[in-house]
Amino acid sequence: MRRIGPWGLLALLLIPVALAAAPALTGAVEKQPVNTSAVAMFLVFVAGTLGITYWASRRTRTARDFYTAGGGITGFQNGLAIAGDYMSAASFLGISGLVFASGYDGLIYSIGFLVGWPIIMFLIAEQIRNLGKFTFADVASYRFGQTPIRTMAATSSLVVVAFYLIAQMVGAGKLIELLFGLDYWIAVVAVGVLMMVYVIFGGMTATTWVQITKAVLLLAGATFMAGAALMHFGFSPEEMFKQAVAHHGSGESIMGPGTLVKDPINAISLGLALMFGTAGLPHILMRFFTVPNAKEARKSVFYATGFIGYFYVLTFIIGFAAIALLTQHPEWFKGGALVDGVVADPKGLVGGTNMVAIKLAEAVGGSIFLGFISAVAFATILAVVAGLTLAGASAISHDLYASVIARGRGNEATEIRISRIATFVLGLVAIALGIAFESQNVAFMVGLAFAVAASANFPVLAASIFWGKMTTRGALFGGFAGLLSAVALTVLSKAVWGDVLGNLGADGKPVGLVPLDNPAIVSIPVAFFCIWLFSVLDRSERAKNERAAYEAQKVRCETGIGADGAVAH
Amino acid sequence: MQEDSVAAIKGHPLYAELVAKRKRFAWILTILMLAIYYGFILVIAFEPQWLAQPIAEGAVTTIGIPIGVAIIVSAFILTGIYVYRANGEFDRMTRTIREDLL
Repeated sequence: MRRIGPWGLLALLLIPVALAAAPALTGAVEKQPVNTSAVAMFLVFVAGTLGITYWASRRTRTARDFYTAGGGITGFQNGLAIAGDYMSAASFLGISGLVFASGYDGLIYSIGFLVGWPIIMFLIAEQIRNLGKFTFADVASYRFGQTPIRTMAATSSLVVVAFYLIAQMVGAGKLIELLFGLDYWIAVVAVGVLMMVYVIFGGMTATTWVQITKAVLLLAGATFMAGAALMHFGFSPEEMFKQAVAHHGSGESIMGPGTLVKDPINAISLGLALMFGTAGLPHILMRFFTVPNAKEARKSVFYATGFIGYFYVLTFIIGFAAIALLTQHPEWFKGGALVDGVVADPKGLVGGTNMVAIKLAEAVGGSIFLGFISAVAFATILAVVAGLTLAGASAISHDLYASVIARGRGNEATEIRISRIATFVLGLVAIALGIAFESQNVAFMVGLAFAVAASANFPVLAASIFWGKMTTRGALFGGFAGLLSAVALTVLSKAVWGDVLGNLGADGKPVGLVPLDNPAIVSIPVAFFCIWLFSVLDRSERAKNERAAYEAQKVRCETGIGADGAVAH
Repeated sequence: MQEDSVAAIKGHPLYAELVAKRKRFAWILTILMLAIYYGFILVIAFEPQWLAQPIAEGAVTTIGIPIGVAIIVSAFILTGIYVYRANGEFDRMTRTIREDLL
């Protein structure tokens, strides 16, 4: 485990964002004894999902089936799937661990994660639904030059997917050592092969239903755990908090804000990356095309917000209950971590703070429930990587191949074949990188994925929807400026420049050349500025036509008229 | 979409009303959500001890707990309010425009 300093805490904060790579999952973990019941239950989950994939494969014929499950997902189902994308191993294990270690700060963190959703809903969800077909690049390139904009959108999508995937694969490897007691490489290969099978054979239908299955299992498991834990306190939150305070070394200070918002600039920057990155993540945006119309798209955001919010309340209860209940098992703590029944050092929990929810499962439900929760925690990674890979494959087949290389003259069968090949290649690359990065510090990667999504995808998307004067040139330069500034600032930040590249300051500690942990506060404005500058300077004939085309786009955006033609059965 | 149908939709009296109403509504809700969230963050940054005070004399639970949960619930309620009006009133207006023109 890492030492907690302000930087360590910030890295910790980035993790749930990461949806998979909590610090313990990125640092060294201790391999646990083989957990047979967890492995058995995970195999049951795999068998079930392979059944789903077989069923889905028989319904996956057209490109629309492959990319969007034929548009046949209901708002409720899609809400569960979107929530599933959020309820990752890291938000489950990471946030409950954060609550266990520092109490109220865990709640502050999860709130920051949730409030992006309503904004997405109010401002862009239905516009995206009305303008797009399969990928977010459909929306971004709606009235612009297809080749440059789709190339740019596909590039930034692939950058987002690549960094996200590496973090997930490394997280999977670390998690399997912790939860199942199996070797790192087994996890990476198993996750890679299974996600290839889901996506290649079942497309979006299988990907969505695997995500829904996992979301239901995780919500059910977390509900049971929180309920069983609260029962120990006579269902009185006051009693739970009282005992938590009595058993925590920091005492009453865990009941209020701690060190989370120490540095407002970094906090705001992270908040921006979270909020707008969510609105630019290709695998999340794709989910808006799996529902039949804007009405269902809106419902899916409503249900997703509800499920995610409920889930965060559960993790909060789990973290607090764990403080009091885990201290009844001194054997779960390392020497010195537990003093007279009080948690002196939360990181002294065997396996690290990421094990809080897992240990609580054992405390309230015995070894069978422990196996169930471990299996579900691992299944979450599988479901998330399947969605990521599908988004990456779609960027290659639908944006790069069909629109840029074949220039719309390719046929659908070839396009689907290419997305399957792309899935296969992405799977192999993910396995290779997962193994290559085993002992690397990948904590920065998820922050980078969110920053790129917020700085390249989101500004182009927002400007194409709301600003009629944007031109191809503006979108192209703005998108690349956001992408490059986000990557460059991340490389110069402490997480990469100091921790990964090993540059040390005068005091011998890793340093960065820029003081920002997340570049969003700079790179988002850079992107919008370049969009504006290169659009107003663009006096070409094409730019004139593109500005004129905005009216038609806006009408379709507002009414959805013309959009149903593209999606009707 | 054909240019004449774009012009026809734009010329429909309900279209301008729909666009203006939805824009206003979406921005009001957005500002409300941002105000709630950043208000919370500002309290944490400048008056953290305010959130750490007990909910009642002698209680361990602090007022920060119900406030935090209330923010989560408010996000859900605000999206619910939007969906209710958009799937009702706004969709009815859209349908009328569509039926008048097709």
